[in-house]
Amino acid sequence: MSIKFKNVSYIYSPETPLAKKGLDNVSFELKDGTFNAIIGHTGSGKSTLMQHFNALIKPTTGKIEIAGTTITPETTNKNLKDLRRHVSLVFQFPETQLFENTVLDDIAFGPKNFGYENEKALESAKYWLKRVGLSEEIGKRSPFELSGGQMRRVAIAGVMAYEPDILCLDEPAAGLDPEARKQMMALFSDYQKQGHTVILVTHNMDDVAKYADNVLVMEQGKLIKQDTPTEIFKDRKWLQEHHLEEPKASLFAGKLTNYKFTEMPLSINNLVKEIENNLKG
Amino acid sequence: MSKILIGRYVAGDSIVYRMDPRGKLLATILFILFVFLANNPISYLIVTIFSLAAVAATKLKPKIFWDGVKPLIWLILFTSFLQLFFTVGGTVYWRWTIFALSSYGFTNAIFIFIRFTVIILISTVMTVTTKPLEIADAIEWLLKPLKLIRIPVDKIALVMSIALRFVPTLFDETFKIMNAQRSRGADFNNGGLVTRAKAITPLLVPLFINSLETAIDLSTAMESRGYRGDKGRTKFRVLKWSNVDFINLFYFVLLLGLLLVFRTH
Repeated sequence: MSIKFKNVSYIYSPETPLAKKGLDNVSFELKDGTFNAIIGHTGSGKSTLMQHFNALIKPTTGKIEIAGTTITPETTNKNLKDLRRHVSLVFQFPETQLFENTVLDDIAFGPKNFGYENEKALESAKYWLKRVGLSEEIGKRSPFELSGGQMRRVAIAGVMAYEPDILCLDEPAAGLDPEARKQMMALFSDYQKQGHTVILVTHNMDDVAKYADNVLVMEQGKLIKQDTPTEIFKDRKWLQEHHLEEPKASLFAGKLTNYKFTEMPLSINNLVKEIENNLKG
Repeated sequence: MSKILIGRYVAGDSIVYRMDPRGKLLATILFILFVFLANNPISYLIVTIFSLAAVAATKLKPKIFWDGVKPLIWLILFTSFLQLFFTVGGTVYWRWTIFALSSYGFTNAIFIFIRFTVIILISTVMTVTTKPLEIADAIEWLLKPLKLIRIPVDKIALVMSIALRFVPTLFDETFKIMNAQRSRGADFNNGGLVTRAKAITPLLVPLFINSLETAIDLSTAMESRGYRGDKGRTKFRVLKWSNVDFINLFYFVLLLGLLLVFRTH
């Protein structure tokens, strides 16, 4: 069930004056049940890469193996339902996809499409409404009466309600307040620990350091590095060369020039420990 | 990230690109009117040469103009064939029930073919070298006299520009929502008519709501920046007549003169 990309390239509007490389010969492998982060600048190909995971766009050349399906340039749009049941995408600002009369119906839309019985779909919707931290009472309301943050949660519940094996998220916490952000990230982390694969596109390096097992760094459509957060954030010079930020903890550690760090602290806890050690001398 | 082009504008650089959109719009309209003056081989030859000269002046690949003619080629051929078989007069070569092939038929068919083609060529010259917003500005200028009879030309022009501006935005939005619903198992490609009509609800509802929200945001932003449509606005893109435009319009007057001289009276 692992995810394999083999020499995948994607060209936007090929054979026109506007042709542009979206992905450039990308190859990698992701293990099952891991938490993966994709980082890189706007326009580096993160979102293009993400839309390949459930064949919303197909590679111009190359091959993708994911959840038992092989996607090649020849793959047609028919019979992709099974793939999409297993691999799901949460787009940026997913609250724009809400359309049903009630919140519960909206969450149940996905499960129903993937063959859940009516009752089971609603049951799952109720469960996931709770999981994203909303009260039962909200389920009967129209999604358009909710606040932006609540709508976001409903939209995310709507994708998780059919429990895809691979969950891909594009900046799911953008624009949320810090508390809501923490809750959402904890939800995705729990989901991964229950045995699912999570792929997160993000600009937030603290989230990357805290949750990810594996980081993919994109630049101009190319995969320029794949490693653990510890390895990625170790090389400060490399990060600066590629205009990537550091997590707050390692950034802070970097300013303490006369302190010695046995290992670059990526979390506040580790940072505190390292500083303690230094002070004890 | 895929840029969607509205209209048929093709980026380029030639004298036609530097012309004032008002001049180009005016010239296009005049040309379409003048074409109907042509009524003999020499006058048709004049309009043909004239339109080909305009095409050449754009310095664009001929394929772009062929693409302009292509969608209408069957209509043009159909109309020409009607002329060919139903015109009676001159020497009749062949006759069968109501159909006839005559010398008048041949010339008429060719004339109709040329008339259609040159009109499409000239309007293609206009649309490929002028950005949609410039065309909107030009139309606004052309409609200005209607202000006298209290038609809110400024507002109509604003509506046009805003509509043009938001076409690509709506396209992007539609794609995004389609992809989001596809990820949730919606299927826009399979099933019968009813299934497909139903499948479009998850696309239309969000699209309407987002457009309304965008419209409300835009009007708030405009009002907070002091927009009052009826109070005479200045332009960011100021249109300026230059010598090129006068020369261009002079050519069209010349065309009128030539046609008046050489047409059969």
